[in-house]
Amino acid sequence: MIAESGHYALVLALGLALIQSVIPLIGARLRDVALMNVARSAALAQLLFVGASFVALVMLHVNSDFSVANVYENSHSMKPLLYKITGVWGNHEGSMLLWVSILALFGGLVAAFGNNLPLSLRAHVLAVQAWVASAFYLFILVTSNPFLRIANPPIEGRDLNPVLQDIGLAVHPPMLYLGYVGFSISFSFAIAALMEGRIDAAWARWVRPWTLVAWIFLTLGIAMGSYWAYYELGWGGWWFWDPVENASLMPWLSGTALLHSAVVMEKRNALKVWTILLSILTFSLSLLGTFLVRSGVITSVHAFATDPTRGVFILLILCLFIGGSLALFAGRATSLKQGGLFAPISREGALVLNNLLLTVGCAVVLFGTLYPLAMEMLADFKMSVGAPFYNLTFAPLFTLLLLAVPFGPMLAWKRGDLLGVTQRLLAAGVAGLVAVAIAWGWARGGSALAPLAIGLGIFVIAGAVTDIVERTGLVRLPFATALHRARGLPRSAWGSAFAHAGLGIALIGIVCETTWNSEHIATMKQSDVVHIAGFDVKLDGLFQRQGPNFREMIAEFNVSHDGETLSVMTPSKRSFTTRGSSTTEAALLTSGASQLYISLGDATAEGAIAVRIYHKPLVLLIWWGPVLMALGGVLSLSDRRLRVGAPKPARAKQRLQPAE
Amino acid sequence: MTLWFVFALMTVAAIFAVLLPLGRNGHAQDQGSEVAVYKDQLAEIERDLAAGLIPAPEAEAARVEISRRLLAAAASEPAAAPTSSLTWRRVAAVLALAGLPLVAIGVYIPLGSPRLQDFPLAERERGSGSGMAQSLENLVAQVQDHLEKNPTDGRGWNVLAPVLERLGRFDDAVRAYRNSLTYNGENAERRSDLGEAMAAAAGGVVTAEAKTEFERAHALNADDPKANYFLGLAAEQDGRKDDAATIWRGLLAKAPADAPWRVLVQSSLARVGGGSTMPALSDETIAASKEMAEGDRNAMVRGMVERLATRLKQNGDDVESWLRLVRAYLVMGERDKAVGASADARQAVASDAERLRQLNEGLRTLGLGG
Repeated sequence: MIAESGHYALVLALGLALIQSVIPLIGARLRDVALMNVARSAALAQLLFVGASFVALVMLHVNSDFSVANVYENSHSMKPLLYKITGVWGNHEGSMLLWVSILALFGGLVAAFGNNLPLSLRAHVLAVQAWVASAFYLFILVTSNPFLRIANPPIEGRDLNPVLQDIGLAVHPPMLYLGYVGFSISFSFAIAALMEGRIDAAWARWVRPWTLVAWIFLTLGIAMGSYWAYYELGWGGWWFWDPVENASLMPWLSGTALLHSAVVMEKRNALKVWTILLSILTFSLSLLGTFLVRSGVITSVHAFATDPTRGVFILLILCLFIGGSLALFAGRATSLKQGGLFAPISREGALVLNNLLLTVGCAVVLFGTLYPLAMEMLADFKMSVGAPFYNLTFAPLFTLLLLAVPFGPMLAWKRGDLLGVTQRLLAAGVAGLVAVAIAWGWARGGSALAPLAIGLGIFVIAGAVTDIVERTGLVRLPFATALHRARGLPRSAWGSAFAHAGLGIALIGIVCETTWNSEHIATMKQSDVVHIAGFDVKLDGLFQRQGPNFREMIAEFNVSHDGETLSVMTPSKRSFTTRGSSTTEAALLTSGASQLYISLGDATAEGAIAVRIYHKPLVLLIWWGPVLMALGGVLSLSDRRLRVGAPKPARAKQRLQPAE
Repeated sequence: MTLWFVFALMTVAAIFAVLLPLGRNGHAQDQGSEVAVYKDQLAEIERDLAAGLIPAPEAEAARVEISRRLLAAAASEPAAAPTSSLTWRRVAAVLALAGLPLVAIGVYIPLGSPRLQDFPLAERERGSGSGMAQSLENLVAQVQDHLEKNPTDGRGWNVLAPVLERLGRFDDAVRAYRNSLTYNGENAERRSDLGEAMAAAAGGVVTAEAKTEFERAHALNADDPKANYFLGLAAEQDGRKDDAATIWRGLLAKAPADAPWRVLVQSSLARVGGGSTMPALSDETIAASKEMAEGDRNAMVRGMVERLATRLKQNGDDVESWLRLVRAYLVMGERDKAVGASADARQAVASDAERLRQLNEGLRTLGLGG
């Protein structure tokens, strides 16, 4: 009953999506309010049915109903409740259902809270959203149906991939999908605007919150995924330039560009064509990511199952939407009116530079991801593009970008004063140079570039601080006035300062971790001691424990510093009988932003065990940075005010305040 | 029936969602417009100016720019009042009333399984004893569950291993035999059983690993028939046909006349050309048996079991044969027959205390003790 109702709800959602993709468009053409309003109620009903379908699948997993093939293949009755629930999206079919659920969620949100939109725009947006939804409902029902049944249900399931049995699965995929799929709204807005032929500052105002929400979740999702890989895979790596990671990085890069170019469009009615193109490209890259991960083109921990029909189906969807939207864009873009003018040195100019660097960076990642695949398919030649390629291409681009970041927010709209901004950033520059000097003096070994990169990170952070100080007049004005002005400052200004500072913080973390990370690999027996980065790590013993659906071997380490015991660390190795595989559970000891990381290798016959111990200085900054960035996004999102980019008049006297 | 009722309710709700806005002659009042956005922007400038966030000349420039946009937007604002097209509303209503159920049923029927009930695990455990829950696979799963929690239960491994092998899950069987060896202690029979499972897992090839097991079994008991047979097979697979023939001939010489595996060894011996004493199975038969479908092979196994049963009815002294018969029935999932056979066996050997003890011991290991 639950299984079949869930299945039927999904089918009904498809029916509603089909109606929603046609009727509102007719309504918009005829200017019939009732027909346009069908979009709204259909979108809400769709959300209801997909939500019911998703809840049904969750219940089937929780009840261990192995008459459902998806549950049998990915669940186990002994699995803890949390993993029974998260296992719903820990497999191909379920994750696609989550995908469409989130798509319907965004559609429902536009329908419920889009009262500030013109009726015809909302009808268009929801219709486009329904096209995407219809395609994916069909994909799920035809090729990856999570509700297929087994007539003679087996008594026990085959269990979830043990690597996925972790709290990370509860957070990472939903976050990432909220980001990926959230960009579908900006895509729908772009297509709707092209179809209506109305693209202006107001459009950018309306699409802003949706893009921001998607960006916030994507940022957190990527950061969470990276941290998960760091502690679960047992090698202490946090970014591998793996095609699947790249697939999430690309929409983030172009989404970040979109966020910035939409600001120009909202405030100055400029860069309209470009912003529309970025909206289309960002969602196209999300679709490409879905294709790469779900088609089995790439085998990785993310590719749950490979099935050629799925790949072909997603490829069709991909061609249809990317090709169709770009064709529409090509047809309509020329008819768009040009917007506000600006000088090269201006806030707009800085944002164009930002867009340029981000999109080129995105193109580099795209090349690095697709080139090996193309080579493998066309020339039957296996190769991998890894860190060296990106260090040579992506890193310089990002260095340029980071150098420019502090300048952007301080330049005036329309025409800026680069010299004046440079003077005001002098303090930040000095802070960066001091940081370089300190890092140079303090560092032992490592790349000569590392202190420079740390200086750059400090410069970016100090630049963000300078921006806020300048705006509030903290130095020039009495404290009370400054405080008053700080309160009056738009939250989006705080938001961008936080986000930019987050960038600097992440950079420092990355540099410190990669340069001064120390590593010790040894085979340890009981009472052996390893010295690493000032810590003494002593193996106290090994023992076994029985978990709910696994057996684990735990090693107990006593960690001390200068003879003073700090903590006991217990990394373990779990073996899961049902799948016959094992995972390593690393133990982490955090002190400040640095971490000591122990993971276990294989045990030898003599009772010794291979151990990998890492000391990772300031590693946590890598993830605190993105969290700060997301916080900036939230602040900006909570800014209820409208944005006005007051252009600087040509003959006006130069003022110290930056315009807002 | 309830299921279809739920489907109908859901369909009605979906149709209702489409019809609801069509019925209401909606007004366009609760919508945003570009004019509103620009008016807000103008108000925003005044506020910023008052708060001192932007200087007056910049505010003036912004005001001019936004006013220009405002005028443009107001001019292009659709002057025409919202229309209402009755024809199209009817089309939409028909689409919802007829199209939606048709699409839903058309897509659901080929994909769904409306006749299948839910089988939540909790309910199934309560309802065990019903035919489905007692299938062999389920029993195996239960035993495996039990052993997962009590891995040192040697007797359990002993019971499980041959069943797994019978089910074709050779890798699992190897693991089970290993555990049985660990917890029950070593003997020739267990070693050669392990070797046999290994060979089965390797598709019938006696691997070096399996051969080691047979050699250990042979060392423990030089007369262990299984070990001898497979050592011969290993020799044959290595191309040492004469060695194979020697081993098998020795095996036959020591074998009791009614040993059920005589036929197999004889045919093997015939295969390597080791002077056939009495080839019971021709090469064709063996080839055929290899290509037999699952069902046919089952039939063959059943035939062998029936022959064993008939023979034991005539001569019931052999405790080992009785146990083999009981085990075979258990493996085939015919518990009733197994119980019957063990009763017959007790009767047959009742006169000999030593044999009875052996029998009871054996039956206990098969889980039929008491």
